[in-house]
Amino acid sequence: MSPILVQVIVGGLLLGAVYALFSSGLTLIWGMMNIVNFAHGDFVMLGMYVAFMVWTLLGAGPLLGAPAAALVLATLGIIVYFGLIRSVMKGPMLAQILGTFGLALLLRYSAFGFFGANFLTLPENIVGGTFDMFGIRIQASRLLAGVVALLVTLGLHLLLTRTSLGSKMLAVAEDSTAAQLMGIRPDSMQAIAWAIAAGATGIAGALIATFFYIAPTVGETLGIVAFVTVSLGGFGSVPGALVAGLLIGVIESVSAYWIGAIYKDIVVYSLFLCFLWFRPQGLMGKT
Amino acid sequence: MRRWIWPAIALALVIAYPLVFTTPFQQRLGALILLYAIAASAWNIVGGYAGQVSVGHVVFFGCGAYAAMAAYAHFGLVPLVGIPVGAAVAVLIAAVIGVPTLRLSGHYFSMATIAVAELVRLVVTNTDYLGAAVGLSGPTVPRTVFDLSFTSALPYYYVFLTVLVITLLITWWMANSRMGFYLRAIKDSERAARSLGAPASRTKLYAFMLSAGLTSVAGALYAMMFGFVDPESGLGILISVKMLIMAALGGAGLLFGPLVGAAILVPLEEVSNNLLGGKGAGLTFVVYGAIIVLIARFQPGGILTLIKRLWAKRQGAPAGAAKEAAHAP
Repeated sequence: MSPILVQVIVGGLLLGAVYALFSSGLTLIWGMMNIVNFAHGDFVMLGMYVAFMVWTLLGAGPLLGAPAAALVLATLGIIVYFGLIRSVMKGPMLAQILGTFGLALLLRYSAFGFFGANFLTLPENIVGGTFDMFGIRIQASRLLAGVVALLVTLGLHLLLTRTSLGSKMLAVAEDSTAAQLMGIRPDSMQAIAWAIAAGATGIAGALIATFFYIAPTVGETLGIVAFVTVSLGGFGSVPGALVAGLLIGVIESVSAYWIGAIYKDIVVYSLFLCFLWFRPQGLMGKT
Repeated sequence: MRRWIWPAIALALVIAYPLVFTTPFQQRLGALILLYAIAASAWNIVGGYAGQVSVGHVVFFGCGAYAAMAAYAHFGLVPLVGIPVGAAVAVLIAAVIGVPTLRLSGHYFSMATIAVAELVRLVVTNTDYLGAAVGLSGPTVPRTVFDLSFTSALPYYYVFLTVLVITLLITWWMANSRMGFYLRAIKDSERAARSLGAPASRTKLYAFMLSAGLTSVAGALYAMMFGFVDPESGLGILISVKMLIMAALGGAGLLFGPLVGAAILVPLEEVSNNLLGGKGAGLTFVVYGAIIVLIARFQPGGILTLIKRLWAKRQGAPAGAAKEAAHAP
């Protein structure tokens, strides 16, 4: 393999880790309460703008931007849960899809009104430098984003599988009435799930903002990436989202390198359609 | 016959509207309301009656719009040719999306439609034959009346009205046919409907294909009125949003719901665009987003359902009796 191809693949893996991070939020919410958050990509967009605000107002980089974005988005997640999701969850599916889809529009065009339609970027040297390793060059910002995203995703997986909080959330996902009888409040657990899922998008947004353009409409593209990742990895599975996220990052980078940057989204969306036809339960999902 | 009295009076008023309100702005507004009512009624077949929320309906709209303009731009034919061609392509695409996803949970369907809409928009934006980012134009000077290229909105108004009436008749016929009963059963409980032998996936697919074909007609008419189509006006996701919100605001799954929604939202948008100019577009969609969230949260049945409920309450009749009365012929 040529060194350039290796470089492209490594770049794809690092981007894919960020995809995996925000997609695991989507998969967590779907797994717990059978709701697809159509505003998920727009949550990531808000995370990017929070990182941008932190830099403009305080001059701080992702070290402060990521926790700030996580906090802001987690708060938003809780508000959205209590204000909207809790009541549409019991309603018809039309209400569920309309609710989060309307939220997506509301967030997207509020950002448009507030920040304008222009593409913003953080200064390139906010996470400066490039590394030369084994003949391949990697930007420090991408390396940081990829590694942190990977660690947070793994942390999320451990939280869900190894802690008592995770077990409680799993219990609610399995059977919320039975969980209630065991003294677990489904409402709190679901609110926590929304906080975690939205917080994850905040971190992902702040990380990706160090090397990605920031615009109100970026959430639309990232939202579809999250749908593709989650349906590829199987709904409700964080490890599935991780593998699928990395895979999609690599496929995007390689197709951008081989056939041109404008075709990378076309490749990913077509892949999504193929999967719906031939393996709707995802790579690792159950039937 | 009594239940046809109110629709007949409404139809008479709608026919008289452009003769009473004669300024170009008013006639254009009327034509646009009817056009969006066609698109929203078409969406209503799958989104309201079948309960499958498509957020990518703009693809079918784009099929009609592009077919109409391509018929002129590449073959010198009248744009009307685009209606059957566009409908055929739209029905085909609907089958490609619908066959795998309508077997799965409704969320898959919504996600697949949004992904397909983006996919088609990206492909068309990079296809020179379809005008790439610039788009295609229709005839600037009408060769014959069949080019449907008029300077006044008045002829469009009556063309759109005719198509809308046909669309509503098809919807009404569908809702009262075997298919309509299947759809209602599936919407209430798909598992129960399947166990009683209703072919759920197939019925939903037929509804989707019918809806796609009718939506493409709306797209073709839109392109004829504006004389051009580009990726933004023919395939932008916001057109899907308009269809969805108009149907949901008026009342998804009700025959006249989309019409009510269009009659409220189209004037709102036109006025806000006139008052606020380009800035208004962003604000309009903030308001749209808020309206959608509020409908979902408080009144998923839309305005018509709300009115029916309030009406029943005012009559002082118990809810059950009111329901009986509403169903009586």
